[in-house]
Order: sequence, then structure tokens, then C-alpha cells
Amino acid sequence: MAENVIEARGLTKRYGPATVVDHVSFNVAAGEIFGLLGPNGAGKTTTILMLLGLTESSEGTARVFGRDPMREPLAVKKLVGYMPELVGFYDHLTAADNLYYTARLIGIPAAERADRIAAALARVGLGAEAEKRVGAFSRGMRQRLGLAEIVMKNARVAILDEPTNGLDPQAAVELLDLIRSLKASGVSILLSSHLLDRVQSVCDRVALFNKGRIALIGTVAELGRQVLGGGFAVEVEADGGIDIARRLASLPGVRSVEEPAAGRWRLTCDRDLRAEAAAEVVAAGGRLTQLALDEPSLETIYTRYFQSMQQEAAHAA
Amino acid sequence: MRREGSPWQGLGVVLLKEFADHLTSARMRVLEWLVVLVALAAIYAAITQVRDVTAQDPFLFLRLFTTSREPLPSFVAFLSFLVPLMAIGLGFDAVNSEHNRRTLSRILSQPIYRDALLFGKFLAGLATLTVSLLVLWLLLIGLGLIMLGVPPGGEEMGRAFIFLLVTIAYAGVWLALAMLFSILFRSAATAALVTLGLWLFLTVIWPALAPAIAQAFVPSDDEATLIIAGQMLARLSPSTLFGEIVLALLHPTTRTLGPVYLSQLQGAVMGAPLPLSQSVLVAWPQIVGLVAACILLFAVGYVAFQRQEVRA
Repeated sequence: MAENVIEARGLTKRYGPATVVDHVSFNVAAGEIFGLLGPNGAGKTTTILMLLGLTESSEGTARVFGRDPMREPLAVKKLVGYMPELVGFYDHLTAADNLYYTARLIGIPAAERADRIAAALARVGLGAEAEKRVGAFSRGMRQRLGLAEIVMKNARVAILDEPTNGLDPQAAVELLDLIRSLKASGVSILLSSHLLDRVQSVCDRVALFNKGRIALIGTVAELGRQVLGGGFAVEVEADGGIDIARRLASLPGVRSVEEPAAGRWRLTCDRDLRAEAAAEVVAAGGRLTQLALDEPSLETIYTRYFQSMQQEAAHAA
Repeated sequence: MRREGSPWQGLGVVLLKEFADHLTSARMRVLEWLVVLVALAAIYAAITQVRDVTAQDPFLFLRLFTTSREPLPSFVAFLSFLVPLMAIGLGFDAVNSEHNRRTLSRILSQPIYRDALLFGKFLAGLATLTVSLLVLWLLLIGLGLIMLGVPPGGEEMGRAFIFLLVTIAYAGVWLALAMLFSILFRSAATAALVTLGLWLFLTVIWPALAPAIAQAFVPSDDEATLIIAGQMLARLSPSTLFGEIVLALLHPTTRTLGPVYLSQLQGAVMGAPLPLSQSVLVAWPQIVGLVAACILLFAVGYVAFQRQEVRA
């Protein structure tokens, strides 16, 4: 495994008696996209701020490239690009001028500024808007300008807080494409979101937050096995045919069959039984119209996980 | 816990950006007009009055600052009103606007400390005020030269210059106060209202209230003690301090800012002016008090800002 760019060990944040982040530990490896997922108020933003040294941790340690963000915040902040939730810019300045200000704060040499800013704006598709005031920008353009700032900074890690929040679907897709291209150029990415299915498509690994703790951590497939008890879900749609449900259920390796709608069946099985299921439908005289293997979706994992937590809580009570 | 790196990193960048923002803002245009109009009004009033009355005054030029003609107040009176308004106008949304525009956490995630941001903002505001006041001061002196036709003496210029410095410090107090409230209140309107309210209280109500409070709470029948106590209380207001400094600096015959005891008058030539250094000494506690108030208010704001959560 590649070296870790971010390491959190038992990070904890208390405000008086309330514990907002409770002993959170995770690593972000070089070159991966790591997602912090969970409902609003689960402690994702606070965790991010502790990694940046913008909030003091009550307990635990954080390391970014081996440096402590509390002790060496300037060194950490030089390497990390951060885009806060609903990132804001100075409305009365142009997009380029906003970046000039940041470039001077970062300490980019004067000779390089113009080139790097132009390149960054072009990369996120704002090249033509460089001289327009940010006041006239849409939410999506602002988010892209936020990414341009990270590109300009040559950051080795990008921390994005709710990057797709408040975007229309089209803009969200474009932004996720930009995030992928950022990863392709060698930037490690930590992003937080409460929009699970959008994020599932870009994240290599995720951590599910719940009430300040990390409930689950791993790749989406791993989480699926943990929470859904493994297994594959095969969806079959067919016209006609006799007794299809029973015949599908009798296939070896099928654990259960549900019929969510007429002519549609959902199989939970031990392995990928698409071929066998198709043959069975045809043998029963049905016309197969659709056949799909369901990847476990984060949404399902998430919902199932919290359902089981609530049931446990109910049992305990 | 010791932190690496200089807290001043990025200070110059913030200072220049904020200064540029101030100079190009609509607020600044209003300020510029105010400056010009006030200078014209004050000079007109003062010169017509000075011509009529005090042809023999050795400090004729200083009369430009202090002479009023009904219904216009004097230049100094204008300033003591205008300066707090200018400073509050520049400072009331310094920090909370960054919160509300959601730029704060983005800027603070760049390799700078919070110190640089706050200090840069304060210095930029002070620089803007200094430019305005300097222009106003030069306008007044230039117009005075043209219209009076009497060149000012060296000591007069010295007094006028120290008066300018004191006015900048006075502006700094209100700027620091406005910035303090811009840190404490998320809403810019609340911050502006609270600052303006406090300014009105300290300028208009407090000087009148102070003697009454002294009367009520100081357990003494001695009139001098009561007066001194009342004066001490009144001096908690920067406006009082500024007024006293102006009195000492621009009226060279002022010998004391408190009650005069008979012993102090022994051997004194009544009505004779003090040299500049002595006038400054008379007002020295007030000058130090004004600068200290400015630093204190800024320090309180600084601590509050350091402890504040960044998240919106």
C-alpha cells in the first residue's frame, strides 16, 4: 500500500459536555479518493477543520504528510488545498483577481502567478470567465473556482467539504469529473458528503460517520459484504412464463426471491447467478426483458446499517 | 504549545488587498465628499470669524481649527463627530462579512495565521483613515494659507501636526471598537448598530452622566473630590479624552485639564501661552490613554477572534 498522506488517530472534539467527534481514526493513502459520509451534523466538517489546524482537537493526533497541523499549520496548509462547503469568494473582484489574492497569500512568485492562474481557470472550464466578477457566478461556477484555487496551489492533497452540495445534477456530474481528473494528476482527495450515491461513483474508500464516530470504513464492496451479509443481488424482469418465482428459488445458491412488482424478481444469491437465472426464465416459457447484477449501493448499505443500529438500540432498551 | 512559522506571514498581502478594497469602495467615495465639504465649511466659517475678531492673536493659524461661526460648528467639533463615523463605517463589517460571504475558512486555509488577517484588516482601515485625515488636514492648511495670507509659525505647525496624530489615534479607537463588534456579532447590521449606540452613549450621554454618578457614589462632601471623581469617570470615554487633548494642544494658554488650585497659579502669568512641549505634557495622560484604549480594544478583539470557530 502506498504511503499515507493523512493519518487521524483517535481524533476527538468536545464542546463542553457535547462530544462532536469521538475518537475518529482513518488514513488517506497517496493517490486515493477517500469519502467521509454521513448525515449533517455527524462531525465531518469538524474532523476536516482539525486536519487543517483550524480547530483544536481535544484529544488524539492528526498527521498530514507526517506533520502536526496544530504545531506546523503553515507547512500543512501549504500542502493542502481546502474547499469549504458552499465556498465563497469576494463578489466585487473578478475570478482572476480572487485567485491573485490567494496566490499572493500562498507566496507564489510574481512571475508565475499569471500563468498558473490562467492554467487553473482553463482546467476547470472558467477560462472565458476569468475577468468576470464572481458576484455574477452561479453556485456551480463558484465550486469550480474553488477547485481552480486548489489546482493553482499545486496542492498534494485536496480536502473538499460537501463539494456537490447545492448543485444541479448536471453541475454535480461536471464537478465529480473534475475531481476524478484531479485524482488522475496525482492529488489525493478527502471529501465529505451526505449525498451518498453521487459520491459512491468517485470514492475509492469511504468512512461512514454516525454521531461523531466512524461506523464503517472500507471500500464500498467491503461495506456491502459487512452490512448486507455478502451475497449478490440479481434482478430479473420477464414477460409471461409459469411459476417463475418458485423455479428461481429452487436454483442452487439462491437464498431468497422477492417480487417487488409483477414480472420483476429480485434474487439474493451466493454468487453471480445471472446465466442460470436467465436459462431458468427461458425454460419456464418467459421472455426475458431485463437482467442485472446489483452492485451494493451506499444508500442501501447506509439505510440497512442504521436500521440495524436502531433495532439493536430498541432491543437494548 | 509552540507553533512554527511567523504570525506576520501574509500580513502585507492582506493589508494591501483590504486597503485597495477600501479605496475603491462606495463608502470611500462618500468619505471623500464628506472630507471636502467639511473642510470647505469649516474653513469658510473660521476665516470669516477670524478676520472679524482676532487680528492680534499670536496663534492665528490654530484658530482655523477651533473657531466656529453660527450655525456651523468648528473644524475640531466637526472632526470629533466625523472621525468616529468614518472609523465605524470602515470597521463594522470587517470580520463578519468574511463569515457571511463564506470566505473566512477559505482564506484561513491558506498558509497564514489568523493574526495576519486581523492585523492586516486593522492596519488597512487605519491607513485609509490616515489618508483621509491627512488630506483633510492639508486642505485646511492650504486653504488657510491662501485665504488668510499669514504663514503659520513653526510651533503652530508642530501643534497642528501632533493634533493630526492624535486624531488618527482617536480614529483607531473607534476602528478597533467597530472591529471588535464585527467579530462578536455575525450580523453586520447588529454590529453597526451596537457600535453606533455605544458611540452615542460615550460621546453624548456619558460626559453628562459622569458627574451625577460621582455625586451619587463617591462618599465625600468635598467639592473638589467630587469634581475630580466626575472628571475621572468622564475620561473613560474616548471622546472626552480627545476633547481634552484638543483643548491643550490647540489652545496654548491651557495650563491644566483638571480643577485649578490656587497654589498652581503662584507666579503664573495669566493668559500667557505654554511652549509646545509643556502643552503636550499637560495632555500626555490623555494621549497615552487614547492609544492604550485603542490597543486594549484591539487586543480584546484579537483574543475573541483567535478563539472563534471558523465554520460558518
